Amino acid sequence: MRGLKKKRRIQIIVVAFVALAISTALIGYAMRDGINFFRSPSQIAAEPPTEREVFRMGGLVEEGSLRRGEGKTISFSVTDGGATIPVTFTGVLPDLFGEGEGMIGTGRYVNGVFEASEILAKHDETYMPKEVVDALKEQGVYQEPDAKDSRS
Amino acid sequence: MSIWEYANPKRFMQVSGALLPWLVGLTLLTLIVGLVWGFFFTGDDYRQGSTVKIIYLHVPAALMAINAWMMMLAASLIWLVRRHHVSALAARAAAPIGLTMTLIALATGAIWGQPMWGTWWAWDPRLTSFLILFLFYLGYIALWEAIETPDTAADLTSVLCIVGSVFAVLSRYAVNFWNQGLHQGASLSLDKEENVSDVFFFPLLVCIAGFVLLFVTLVFLRTRTEIRQRRLDALEARERLA
Repeated sequence: MRGLKKKRRIQIIVVAFVALAISTALIGYAMRDGINFFRSPSQIAAEPPTEREVFRMGGLVEEGSLRRGEGKTISFSVTDGGATIPVTFTGVLPDLFGEGEGMIGTGRYVNGVFEASEILAKHDETYMPKEVVDALKEQGVYQEPDAKDSRS
Repeated sequence: MSIWEYANPKRFMQVSGALLPWLVGLTLLTLIVGLVWGFFFTGDDYRQGSTVKIIYLHVPAALMAINAWMMMLAASLIWLVRRHHVSALAARAAAPIGLTMTLIALATGAIWGQPMWGTWWAWDPRLTSFLILFLFYLGYIALWEAIETPDTAADLTSVLCIVGSVFAVLSRYAVNFWNQGLHQGASLSLDKEENVSDVFFFPLLVCIAGFVLLFVTLVFLRTRTEIRQRRLDALEARERLA
């Protein structure tokens, strides 16, 4: 950079930025499936993975689908609006897990059932004080925040 | 009167010296008010309980970790184009502060993630690019130390800073590009939809202001140190020649 004129330095910087932006975009586009943390139920329904493949699935826990079976085994359905996939899981669930909430599970897809070995809860970006929610619920005007959240 | 006058080391020392006591006072005031308000005078979240309070450290620290790199990028570009030494030194001075902010954000994020998500760490796009940003900070600081000639070091670190800005941008916007991740979207966005209730929002704003002021104060302090170091080096070099 030292022996160059100021105008040429600016030109080099601009070219460098354009090259960086293009290469980042290309790498990001090529690896988009690898960079995405999980697959949605619709993607799994469209292209069912083999029984041996371990992958992550994410979506909303369907209302009224949560069943606690024998021991610590539980079952529920995960949906993204397009497709619904039943899930079984044995183990301890995180605090935020619940019906109507987002979740991400790691596991395998066997005979149309997702057998999860690990479950994470997905938190959305809403923060509300407990007292406010209690008051809203008492008045019957509280709305579940996930209705507008189609990203999960 | 142009803004480039402040690039003169002498002028920079005068102005920053006059501003520093005020900045220190204002930083302490906002940080103490924001953190005490956030930690002790806000209620629990309806689903997260009191774990929500980590937001007062995590969000400002993560914000400043990315903004610090952006400030270093701006300073590096000014150095590359206009060759102002104060600018290069300001970029160098900001790096360890940004590194610390990144570390705070990573640690508080892990502490929040364990009870909430159910994991300390996940290879989510946003988390991963933030970790890479952390490694870039380490590399940037190491590169400054590794090169003896100050001007060459400033040139090369500037180039590293330009490359690293990819990950600074990604850690902020990865949620928008790859929407199937674990990390939630932006808690504070400029769109109208209100995500964070006012009870949490106002102390959070004060905390963010506190972290911004803290960053500015520390950058001023450290740049002044760097300038003095340069002067000392110049004096020593002259001694040796005499």
